[in-house]
Amino acid sequence: MDPISKFMVDHKIPIGAWGKAFFGFLTDNFDTVFRAFSNGLNFLLDGLVDILLLVPPVLLALVIAAIAWLLQRSRPLAIGVFLGLIFIINQNLWKQTVQTLVLVVAAAAMAMAIGVPLGIWAAHKPKVYRIMLPVLDLMQTLPTFVYLIPVLTLFGLGNAPGLIVTIIFVIPTAVRLTHLGVVSVPKSIIEAGEAFGATKSQLLWKVELPSALPTIMAGLTQSIMLSLSMVVFAALIGAGGLGTEINRALGSRRIDLGLEAGLAIVVLAIVLDRMTRIGVGGKK
Amino acid sequence: MTVAVDFKNVDIVFGADQAGSLAMIDAGATRAEILEKTGNVLGCAGASLTVHEGEISVLMGLSGSGKSTLLRAVNRLNVVSRGQVLVKDGDKTVDVVTCDPATLRRLRQKQVAMVFQQFGLLPWRTVEENVGLGLELAGVPEAERKERVHRQLKLVNLDQWSKKYAHELSGGMQQRVGLARAFATEAPILLMDEPFSALDPLIRTKLQDELLQLQAELKKTIIFVSHDLEEALKIGSHITIMEGGRIVQTGAPEDIVLRPANDYVRDFIANVNPLSVLTAWNVMRDRRDLEHGDNGWVWLDRRKTTRFKIDDHGLVAAAERDGKPAVWVSCADVEGQSEEAAQVFWANPGTSLKTVMLAMHRSQTAPVALFDDQSRFVGAIGIRDVLSAVLRR
Repeated sequence: MDPISKFMVDHKIPIGAWGKAFFGFLTDNFDTVFRAFSNGLNFLLDGLVDILLLVPPVLLALVIAAIAWLLQRSRPLAIGVFLGLIFIINQNLWKQTVQTLVLVVAAAAMAMAIGVPLGIWAAHKPKVYRIMLPVLDLMQTLPTFVYLIPVLTLFGLGNAPGLIVTIIFVIPTAVRLTHLGVVSVPKSIIEAGEAFGATKSQLLWKVELPSALPTIMAGLTQSIMLSLSMVVFAALIGAGGLGTEINRALGSRRIDLGLEAGLAIVVLAIVLDRMTRIGVGGKK
Repeated sequence: MTVAVDFKNVDIVFGADQAGSLAMIDAGATRAEILEKTGNVLGCAGASLTVHEGEISVLMGLSGSGKSTLLRAVNRLNVVSRGQVLVKDGDKTVDVVTCDPATLRRLRQKQVAMVFQQFGLLPWRTVEENVGLGLELAGVPEAERKERVHRQLKLVNLDQWSKKYAHELSGGMQQRVGLARAFATEAPILLMDEPFSALDPLIRTKLQDELLQLQAELKKTIIFVSHDLEEALKIGSHITIMEGGRIVQTGAPEDIVLRPANDYVRDFIANVNPLSVLTAWNVMRDRRDLEHGDNGWVWLDRRKTTRFKIDDHGLVAAAERDGKPAVWVSCADVEGQSEEAAQVFWANPGTSLKTVMLAMHRSQTAPVALFDDQSRFVGAIGIRDVLSAVLRR
């Protein structure tokens, strides 16, 4: 090794050690808090899954198809949703699908609940957005496995840590699309609102959010899709569902099981995507 | 006449270095100099203008002349750097520049409404929901809101379209929705920022006519921004011409056309047809400037073809043309008259120059007399007066 490189390596900045120390500090001091949070979340998610599994599968599929009809007022879509779910029941993957569905919907909902307000804030304060941007980039590009480890040490195994890593991965999309939607509100209609005496909150609720709604809804759809893409990783730290099946198929090299579970995820993705799409404002 | 809006030495600067820019304004610097030195953009400088109740005051200028900037100071869409913008608010006057947010909101909801060039309609709302926006923001209860919205839609002939979305309407109709939205708040002051510029010429003319009709009924105070002088001359009771952020000239339409303050204004009016603004009053020679003969006779023209005998009350007692007695006939009847040599037409001060010219044409270029509303002789127009007015010499 040349002297310069050797000098540099000898004076390595201990980022890894710092991180380890930080998480060590968290586990040593707040372990009970994290565990309690994790247990509570697990209890909620598992309870929801159990309740949904009490309903006969075909009936639940019908209910979901009915929701699809309510959201989109499209009969072909409702029929398609129902047939897709029947296919999953037929593949004997219903239980896993319900687990995945609960995880995905919960993660997307949480990500939107956190991401939309952050996005609005960032849109109103360009400075905030400038600070937020690198953090969002980090959340999206840091390899998932890297934050599986600390989440695992803090929250243990189960659905809760799976939900948390999924939310971390999805929030940036919710923030970005909300930000995009709000900053692209035409200046002319904002001025119209101001000229007629809107307060700040009236401007937000009556002008900015309705105008940004199509983009925010695209954010919801994207959040759901990204959550689905995380189910395999979430399964690695104990979240149940279709991801677990795929991991098992990988471990035992079972092409058939992998294909079945993979197709079930695709069907679920298409169903959720079509259900949450909305038209451009004013046309519906 | 009551003052509705009063701009007092208004300076508007966009940018961070307000103090530096204001100092440069005081030193008489131009917009380009201020931009170079401070990086700030001069919106307008030293603008003073009084707008009375019930008049249509037009702000004119090329793009970038500061006309919209000044208009938008009235409801503080643009923040004024220095100066006052006094707006009538019921019995008192409010300085928009310094008033607190609550007062500003109330002014915007109740006193000052605005119509935008790009309409500014909310695309996800129906026509009636758009028209009701101002009332909704002001917290007007739904039943009353519906009733008032409906009334406004009737006024602009859009009641058939109330359930449509804005984007389903043509541009002209969208701007009618914009007008109805502004009228719905019943604000006495209306700001119109190039409202018809985005429309095609035919629709524009039609909406101008509609606006004038509505104005005759509603008698709002309107501040209207335009870059089209024909439009300004047509609808404005006062015209203010701006250049580079400063007011160059303010006056009645015919003042602008007859007495342009500088070359900028002259360029502006170069392509305007003077016949569309000038009246007999603007071109006549006063009675005292005419050549007087004996026994109360007055020559109407320089060529001495036509003369009137004026009695002690200022009324015409006799007329003579080319040495023969003549009759005097109102210009209003010019179409119905046969072409005889022995008649002299008369007009009122408000008669358009076009009518005067028609009368001259019918009477073999005889001069046209001017009577006031008590039929007293006040002056005359000869062919040379007409030619010099049209040619602006």
